[in-house]
Amino acid sequence: MRTSYLCLTLLAIGIGLTGATSTWNEATSQVPQTPAANQLRPAASFAGISDQRSRSIALFEEAGKVLQSPRCVNCHPATDRPRQTDGRRLHIPLVVRGAEGHGAPGMMCNTCHHANNFDPAGVPGSEDWHLAPASMTWEGRSLAQICEQLKDRARNGNRDIATILDHVVTDSKVIWSWSPGPGRTPAPGTNAQFGELLRGWAEAGAQCPTR
Amino acid sequence: MPYTIKVNGAAHTVDVDGDTALLWILRDVLGMTGTKFGCGVAQCGACTVFMDGRPLRSCSIPVSALDKAEITTIEAVTGREAGAVQKAWIAHEVPQCGYCQSGQVMSAIALLKEIKNPSDRDIDLAMNGNICRCGTYIRIRAAIHDAARALSGRT
Repeated sequence: MRTSYLCLTLLAIGIGLTGATSTWNEATSQVPQTPAANQLRPAASFAGISDQRSRSIALFEEAGKVLQSPRCVNCHPATDRPRQTDGRRLHIPLVVRGAEGHGAPGMMCNTCHHANNFDPAGVPGSEDWHLAPASMTWEGRSLAQICEQLKDRARNGNRDIATILDHVVTDSKVIWSWSPGPGRTPAPGTNAQFGELLRGWAEAGAQCPTR
Repeated sequence: MPYTIKVNGAAHTVDVDGDTALLWILRDVLGMTGTKFGCGVAQCGACTVFMDGRPLRSCSIPVSALDKAEITTIEAVTGREAGAVQKAWIAHEVPQCGYCQSGQVMSAIALLKEIKNPSDRDIDLAMNGNICRCGTYIRIRAAIHDAARALSGRT
């Protein structure tokens, strides 16, 4: 009887510890996607699509794997609150966009985030870490919607296509998406491939998907 | 390797690995134990200090990233806001176990430096990253309102 009680107690403690461990793991790391699922087709492989509009759309849809990855969407949220992890849960602790995307007074992005990832604390970072403006919301948007707002200078920070193409291969926060630190799946492919896909998209007319 | 950092107005040369968090330099190397270790992953706020006058989780930054930054800890924080927060904290008997309070106080001072008359929402947004296991949040909020009133001469 005493042995049974002890076993049950140990089992309960074990379940409790397992539960706590699972919760902690969920908060700090996610299972990375397999490499095969995290690749990009090279831009050159779309050359066989003879119709220019179709090729442009196909290139954008491939680049969209990056645009809709957690590494991008988490900081292009639909609300004033960023998300975290591959599971895209709301940021813990609670933080908000604030007046200029850098957080609320007293709880700014740079209270925790700095110029580089700090893996001992699990805190990601790059230069000028902040949220995208509300006009650049991608969360919950279709690729067609993202494409249209990406081209819309009223919503894209008044950038022309050339500036966008430069931005995606030079901005530190974009580049960070391929070296996000342990526990975060990098954006698909490479930053160079992403840049080439969008360049191909632009050169083929910067066409947007219809849905 | 040696790094020279500026803490509470004094330069300190410390011989540590470059990825050593500021928190551990403060506590283990410099003996400034007023700054607390709570979680080590920027989730609880117990390790809050100021870097160039702005709040910083000292567990979240390595010594190699400090460069010429001026670090201020609970041991040396001064000024009108600090004085007002200290008085309000005592008047409201805010601390219970007290472990999180140096971080709470630093964040409260930082808030009052930026917003002179914070609303409840301003306080919540600034302070929600500072966790208190005793649940002193109501007293913290009341004390910040009192400190704001004192700073504006509305008491």
